[in-house]
Amino acid sequence: MKKTDAIIIGAGPVGLFAVHQLGIKGLKAIVIDNLDKAGGQCIELYPDKPIYDIPAVPECTGEQLTTRLLEQIKPFNTELFLNERVDEVHQDDEQWVVKTNNNKKFTAPNIIIAGGVGSFEPRKLSIKQAEQLENKAVFYSVKNKEIFKNKKIAIFGGGDSALDWALELSKYSRITLIHRRNEFRGAQHTLSEIRKLEKNGKVAIKTPCQIISLDNEKNLKSITIKFDDEKTEKISTDFILSFFGLVMKLGPIAEWGLNMDKKTIEVNPKNFETNRKGIFAVGDICSYPGKLKLILSGFHEVALASVECFKRARPNEKYRFEFTTSSKTIQDRLGKK
Amino acid sequence: MPKITYKDFQGGSKTIEVENGLSVMEGAIQNDITGIDADCGGSMACATCHVYVEEKWLSKLPKAEDAEVDMIDMAFEPKKNSRLSCQIIINDELDGLEVTTPEKQT
Repeated sequence: MKKTDAIIIGAGPVGLFAVHQLGIKGLKAIVIDNLDKAGGQCIELYPDKPIYDIPAVPECTGEQLTTRLLEQIKPFNTELFLNERVDEVHQDDEQWVVKTNNNKKFTAPNIIIAGGVGSFEPRKLSIKQAEQLENKAVFYSVKNKEIFKNKKIAIFGGGDSALDWALELSKYSRITLIHRRNEFRGAQHTLSEIRKLEKNGKVAIKTPCQIISLDNEKNLKSITIKFDDEKTEKISTDFILSFFGLVMKLGPIAEWGLNMDKKTIEVNPKNFETNRKGIFAVGDICSYPGKLKLILSGFHEVALASVECFKRARPNEKYRFEFTTSSKTIQDRLGKK
Repeated sequence: MPKITYKDFQGGSKTIEVENGLSVMEGAIQNDITGIDADCGGSMACATCHVYVEEKWLSKLPKAEDAEVDMIDMAFEPKKNSRLSCQIIINDELDGLEVTTPEKQT
């Protein structure tokens, strides 16, 4: 079990800046995120969209903001645990213990929840039978492409994931690409490659249509799709790959005994502490009177929360407010001379 | 103020007055209409404010931008009359607008 001063849940902009605010106060932290990279919504939902309301940065994309924050926290050598979702939180004396879905354990006097709207998970097919076949015949990502060799595969979606996998798996399998409208939003050059394969009969493209049923419950045999003109078609299928993007799910956070207001966590706006001492919530996931879901608000929230974290992590030391411009201690921590 | 009717998939309905300039999504959130989640807060990044717009009103709405149509691909059970309610800005011409929320948003 790894010990630290603060466990930060969520590697979005606010979680990353938490590392900075704790770091300049001399506190160590670790960051846990369910995605495979840092950046949260900025990187997952709008990496290329410009943001115009970061103070002193007239314009930057979600990706640039993430890159700069990672650079800003580099001096603190903080470990990021990615592809990990925090499942359990419990108290052990004055310490909090956190356990992830991969059984990693961490302990600290402070937890900072910077979880946005929860963790990102693949959007699932809406038909009921798909649930029973999940990870048997219905997949939302490709972890091992070997199992898809020499099979009949139905791929759903209109974005890059759907197109890329249609192209890749068509090398040794029979692909049917299914999308709800005629236009695909994925890279057009990938699409034209697929259109070529369609002419050669290696890939079938079915649009505009949606799945209406799976035709076997134990082993998938075929699926039935319905076109916009109400015509239906049965397609012999071994595997379904569905790429409808990610959804944000609050997930286990709701079970940690925190006072919630819909999908947000109630905090004291003085230090952003929740109803449980030593658990803080910052950024989009916290709520207090007048809360604005802005990145800049999250930065402010985490600055204040970090002061309270200091008091809990260093009960015998006195907290001194310092400026980065004049504090030698902070400059040392940042690796500046 | 324009009146907007929010229907749910089971036939329930609520009519509320929503100020011009707000979106249909904001009208729902401010009035505790269930069935609209709006996880991303209106930045066209999540498709959880997805609604079906009654046919007769569809033509009165500005056409959906590409980014909105792309995002509707991600919505739960999209149909031809699907729109993201965060992109429908209320004005006097939309007085009486009726939208139906899907069975669920994710």
